[in-house]
Amino acid sequence: MSTERLPPYLLAEQTVLSRALAIIAGALVLLLAAFTVFPFVWMLLTSLRTQQEIFSNPGNLIPAAFNLDAYVKIWSELPFARLFVNSIVFAGGATLISLFFDSLAAYALSRLDFPGRTVAFYIVLATLMVPYQITLIPVFQTVFDFHWLNTYQGLIVPRATSAFGIFLLRQFFVTVPRDLDAAARLDGAGEFRIYWSIMLPLARPALATLAVFHFMYNWNDFLWPLVITSSTDMRTLPAGLTLFSGQFVVEHAVLMAGATISLAPLALAFFFAQRYFVQGIATTGIK
Amino acid sequence: MTFVTAGHRPRRWAHAGSGPLFLLPSALIIGVFVLYPIVQSLWMSLHDWSMFQISHPFIGLANYAELIHDRRFWNALLNTVIFTLATVPVQVIVGLVLAIALSRSTWWAVFLRSVYFFPVISSFATMAIVWRFLLSADVGPTASWLRALGVTPLDWLHSTIWALPAVILVGLWKNIGFTMVILLAALQDVPESLSEAAVLDGATRWQRFIHVTVLSIRHALLFTSVIAVIASLQVFDQVYVMTRGGPLFHTETLVTYMYEQGFTEYRSGYAAAIAWVLFILIVLVSIVQLRLFRYSDVD
Repeated sequence: MSTERLPPYLLAEQTVLSRALAIIAGALVLLLAAFTVFPFVWMLLTSLRTQQEIFSNPGNLIPAAFNLDAYVKIWSELPFARLFVNSIVFAGGATLISLFFDSLAAYALSRLDFPGRTVAFYIVLATLMVPYQITLIPVFQTVFDFHWLNTYQGLIVPRATSAFGIFLLRQFFVTVPRDLDAAARLDGAGEFRIYWSIMLPLARPALATLAVFHFMYNWNDFLWPLVITSSTDMRTLPAGLTLFSGQFVVEHAVLMAGATISLAPLALAFFFAQRYFVQGIATTGIK
Repeated sequence: MTFVTAGHRPRRWAHAGSGPLFLLPSALIIGVFVLYPIVQSLWMSLHDWSMFQISHPFIGLANYAELIHDRRFWNALLNTVIFTLATVPVQVIVGLVLAIALSRSTWWAVFLRSVYFFPVISSFATMAIVWRFLLSADVGPTASWLRALGVTPLDWLHSTIWALPAVILVGLWKNIGFTMVILLAALQDVPESLSEAAVLDGATRWQRFIHVTVLSIRHALLFTSVIAVIASLQVFDQVYVMTRGGPLFHTETLVTYMYEQGFTEYRSGYAAAIAWVLFILIVLVSIVQLRLFRYSDVD
């Protein structure tokens, strides 16, 4: 902590003791940060080692040679391409459709007058508090009855809207001045037109936040794809990797390469658009 | 739509009609996959319901009666409660300390915030594979380091004593960043003038921390504890990946037991009863927390 930044009335408190405490606190924060980042670093470094090296010297951090074999083998030893495509289709599909449906519903709840609107909004608020684990058993039964197990529609449709998304966008839409759509309405624009060409472009930051949130949530989800899919062909990355990690045929480096690749899209997105991730998470705090 | 009755507000008819239409896709999905399943779950829990069987005889509260005598259920409930009690205070306190320590906008604070937040965006199941590997007694690095220090390493995840603490540790590793981010957002709204006024009144640093900082963000603190409690009661991913509830059910939780009953034993009715117990537990906790919110608003 540098003293020159502090307002003068705080300077008196800069005793030796408080400085020592600040240094200890700083060291703990750094140590905890090292602990936090360690599994990622170790995952990446292990993916570059050979199986023999992992077994003979498990405590070594730095690989003897940077070996990219695991990144080649992963595509042949596991149906990794298939898992990756499934994750893209599931997380991407659920995100796109959910953005569309969430924003349609949010538009209705913020701009359109119809009987039952308030009730509908309260129902959305109430379902916000229901975790999906609670409804998993009957939802599985429904998906089974629809013959949707092991299908993309089985994975995507129940995730094609979210109370959280509707709520988030509704809160954004109510802040948009009504003059804008009133003018368009006078010009004879239909509701869908106003929604599509006035509201959606204005809501771009909120939509981006929600898109990141939905994509991350579905890309990382484990229990849902585990329940809805049972064939290897339809597994997503987290469920698929877990399944293969229990088998001895898979080399550790290959598994870590798979984990690294499956983390890469979100890590890259996080690197370039961190604020949308933080906003998405922080917004769950506002609701 | 047709249920727009009578002639009041005739000028609004034009958009009164499209409202339900805009709402339709979301209403259908929420109805079929959220609202109906809540009721259906209760209904199933009152039946001897097997996943792939055609007849499901009504058995009243027999599933719940069975739960009361099911030692595995009580064990899962106890593990879940231990997990929650161990996780929530640490998560909130460490999250708060980190939020305060990193609330400055220096480059290193911004960087460390990203570091702490990174586990939040990663897949828990995938990272649990990495953790299982890290804690493994034969190929894990931690065991190898302990051996180098002359300590015989434990097989943490196969130890009836240490498996649950290991699962708790990994849960904290994953979720502390979430608490930190929400508290950081709350800290930004605390007016600087409050702290300055307290200094003028002669408040010590500790007094300022309790009476100004903590009191100003009490809603965010309560909120993060509610979220942490709800998430802890539903703990599943890292348990399933790291221990499958073992060794000998020592890490089995309510959701892993529900999963086991529902999707391995195919006892949907019994699993639904477990889900309802969990649901009631979550609702009760939320009500208690809402009370706390109200009390804190009165003072």
